[in-house]
Amino acid sequence: MSSTARPSNPLIPELDTPLPRVTDPTGLLKWIGSVDHKQIGIMYMVTSFVFFLFGGVEALLMRLQLSQPRFSFLTPQDYDQIFTMHGTTMIFLVIMPMLIGFAIYFVPLMIGANDIAFPRFNALSYWLFLFGGLLLYYSFIGGGAPDAGWFAYAPLSSEFNFTANAGMNYWGVSLAATGIGTIGSAVNLMVTIWTLRAPGMTLRRLPLFVWMVMLNNVLILAALPALNSTFVMVLFDRLLHANFFHVPSGGQPLLYQHSFWSFGHPEVYIMILPAWGMISEVIPVFARRPIFGYNFVAGATVAILLLSLLVWGHHMFTAGMGQTLDIAFGISSMMIAVPTGIKVFNWTYTTWKASIHFTTSMLFALAFLLQFTIGGVTGVMFASFPVDWQMEDSYFVIAHLHYVLMGGSAFALWAGIYYWFPKITGRMMDERLGRWNFALAFIGFNVAFMPQHFLGMIGMARRIYTYPDLPYWHLLNLISSIGAAVLAIAVLVFIWNLIYSYLHGRVAGDNPWDAFTLEWATASPPAVHSFEQVPPVRSRRPIWDLNHPDRADWKNPEAVRGI
Amino acid sequence: MSDKHVMGMSLFVASEFVFFAVLILAFVFYRQSPANIGGPTAFNSLDVPTTGFYTACLTASSVTFWLAERSHRRNRTGQWHALLLVTILLGGAFIYGEGREFADMSGQGIVPSTNLFGTTFYALVGFHGFHVAMGLIVLLTVFGISLRSRFFRGAAHARAIRTIAIYWIFVDAMWWIIFPTVYLWSLGNHGILGEPFKAVPFR
Repeated sequence: MSSTARPSNPLIPELDTPLPRVTDPTGLLKWIGSVDHKQIGIMYMVTSFVFFLFGGVEALLMRLQLSQPRFSFLTPQDYDQIFTMHGTTMIFLVIMPMLIGFAIYFVPLMIGANDIAFPRFNALSYWLFLFGGLLLYYSFIGGGAPDAGWFAYAPLSSEFNFTANAGMNYWGVSLAATGIGTIGSAVNLMVTIWTLRAPGMTLRRLPLFVWMVMLNNVLILAALPALNSTFVMVLFDRLLHANFFHVPSGGQPLLYQHSFWSFGHPEVYIMILPAWGMISEVIPVFARRPIFGYNFVAGATVAILLLSLLVWGHHMFTAGMGQTLDIAFGISSMMIAVPTGIKVFNWTYTTWKASIHFTTSMLFALAFLLQFTIGGVTGVMFASFPVDWQMEDSYFVIAHLHYVLMGGSAFALWAGIYYWFPKITGRMMDERLGRWNFALAFIGFNVAFMPQHFLGMIGMARRIYTYPDLPYWHLLNLISSIGAAVLAIAVLVFIWNLIYSYLHGRVAGDNPWDAFTLEWATASPPAVHSFEQVPPVRSRRPIWDLNHPDRADWKNPEAVRGI
Repeated sequence: MSDKHVMGMSLFVASEFVFFAVLILAFVFYRQSPANIGGPTAFNSLDVPTTGFYTACLTASSVTFWLAERSHRRNRTGQWHALLLVTILLGGAFIYGEGREFADMSGQGIVPSTNLFGTTFYALVGFHGFHVAMGLIVLLTVFGISLRSRFFRGAAHARAIRTIAIYWIFVDAMWWIIFPTVYLWSLGNHGILGEPFKAVPFR
C-alpha cells in the first residue's frame, strides 16, 4: 500500500501495515473457524447426534438393569448417575440443540437470507453448547456423574451431604454454559427472522417452521434465565454453603420447585415447538397441498406459548400447594389441550383426501401425529390433579413424557432429517433402509413405552434401580426392554443409512420433493453464499409458484385452502 | 427496532430481567424469615446512605453516557472521550463502593453461609455487580478503541454505542429495582428483625 494514495473517505482507515493474508482454511480448521450458519448448523446436528448415542446407551443400560427383577447388573449408585445423565443429555444436549441446529441451518434459507444476523455470536453459542456438554460428560472421570435426576430437586441436589460427589457441581456449571449458548442462539435467530427477511416475505407468508422457531425463541428468552438463576442458587448452596434450600437455617425447597418448573414447563414446549414446525413443513409437501388453516396453526401456537408460562404448578400437585393453586394450575394445563388439538386437526385435515406420498419422512410425520396425540391425552389426564396424585412419580409419567418427547419430538426430527438430508448433503437418503428404520423405530418405540403405562398404573415407581417380582412386573418390564433393543436396532439402521446415503445416495438435485419453501431454491448442498438471487415471494409457497407458474398460489387465492 | 444490534441487545436485556426476577423473588421471599432472628438482616446490617451515594454515581453514569452518545453523534470527539471517561469513573466508583460494602460486611461475619439474608443478599447484589463489571469492561474497550482510532465515528459506530447504551442503562435500571427492594425497604422500625446482632469477625 503506497503511502501517497491516502484515501479521502474517512470510512476507510489508513493502512500502514499490509493486510493479513486471507486464505481459505481447509480440513478441520475450516469447521473450527467457521462462522457460516450452514456449517454451524451441521456441527450442532452432528454433535447432538453423538450425544444422542451416549444418552441412548444410558437408556439401554437402564432397560437391561430393569429387564429382570432383583437384577444386580448396576449398583443403585450407578443407576442414579445413569438415569440422571440420560435425562439431562436427551433434554439439554440432544433435543434442544438438534432443533436449534435445524433452525440455524434452515431459518436463514427459508426467509431468503444469506446468513444469520450475528455469525460470530452464532459460533460462540455452538462452542458454549459443545464444551458445556463435554464438561458434563467429563464428570464421569472427574469425581462422579450427577445423580439427582435431571430436575435435581433441592435439597437432594443442593446439599453436599446428600449428593456427595462433585457431579451436581458439574451439572450446574455445564448446563449454565449450554443455557447461555441457547439464549445467544435465541437472540440470534429472533433478530434474523425480524430483520433479514427477503422482500415479500411478510409475517403471514413465513414458513410455519420459521413461525415455530420464532415463538420458540420467545419462550427460550422467557424461561432459560430462570433456569440459570436456579443453577446459581444450587451452586451457591453447594460451593459457598449458602442457605437457599438449607432447611435447618430456614431455606425452603419449595422455592426450588417453583423456580425450576417455571423454567421446566416452558422447556417442554421449547422441545416441541420447532418439531411442530417440521411437521408443518413435511406433511403439506407429501400431501401435495398447502397446509390447512395456516393462521390457526400459527395463532394456536401463540396461545400455547402464553399458556405454557402459566402451568408450571402441575408438576407440583403432590408438593402441597393447596387446593386453590391446584385448581388454577389444573385448569390452565387443561386449556393447553385446546390449541394443541386445533393443530393436530389442522395437520390431519391437510392429509384428508390428499394424494399422499408415503415417503419415509411422511411415515415418521404420520407416526408423530398418532404418538404425540397419545402423549397429549395422557398429559390432559395429569392436568386433573386427583389423577396426578395417583400417578405421580410412577412409570405412567415416564410413558407420557416419552410419548411426547420421543414419539413426538424425536419422530418429528427423524421426519425432518429424511426430508432435509438431500438439501444438506446433496444426496437422497435410501428409502428401503428408511422404511426399515421407520418400521423398527415405530414398533420398538411403542413396544418399549406402551407397557410402561400399565406398569405405572399397577404401581411401579420411577427412578428405582430394581423391583421385586410382583405379578406382571417382570413380564411388562421385559417387553419394554425388548422394545428398547428393537429401537436400538432402528438407530443402527439409521446410522447405516446416513453413512450409506452420504457416500452412495442418489444425487438429489435442487428440489427433489417438488417442495414449496425458499430453501429449495438453493443448490443442494447450498453454496457458501446461499442465494445469488432470491425468487420473488408472492405467496406462502414461492417455489411452487416458480415451478408451476400457471397454477401459482397468488394467481388463484381462492384455490388455496386456508382460513 | 430495525437495527439488528439494537434489537439483539434489547432481547438479551429482556431475558436478563427474568434472571434477576428469580433472585429478587428469593430475596423478598426470605426477607422476613424467622430463621434470621438474632442474626444479620436487611434491617440491621445495611448502610443505606453510603449505598445511596454510590447509587447516585451509577445513575449519573447513565446520564453521562447519554450525553456522551449525543456528543459522539455530533462529532465532538474530545467531548465524547471526556464524557465516556466520566461514565467509566462513575461506574468504577459504584463497583468500588460495592467492594467496600462486601468487605465491611464480611468483616462483621456476614457471608453467604451466615443465614438466609447473607445468602440472598450476596447472590442478588453480587450478580448485579458482576453485570456492572462486564459493562465496565465493554466501556473500557470502546474507550481504548476510540482513543487509538481517528475514525471512530459514523453510523456503524453510533449503532455500536447505542447497543452498549441499552446494556448500560439496563444495569442502572436493574439497580433501581434492587436498591429500593433491598435497601430502601429496610428503613424504619422492624422490631425484632431490626435489633443489632453480635458481629462475629469472619475468620
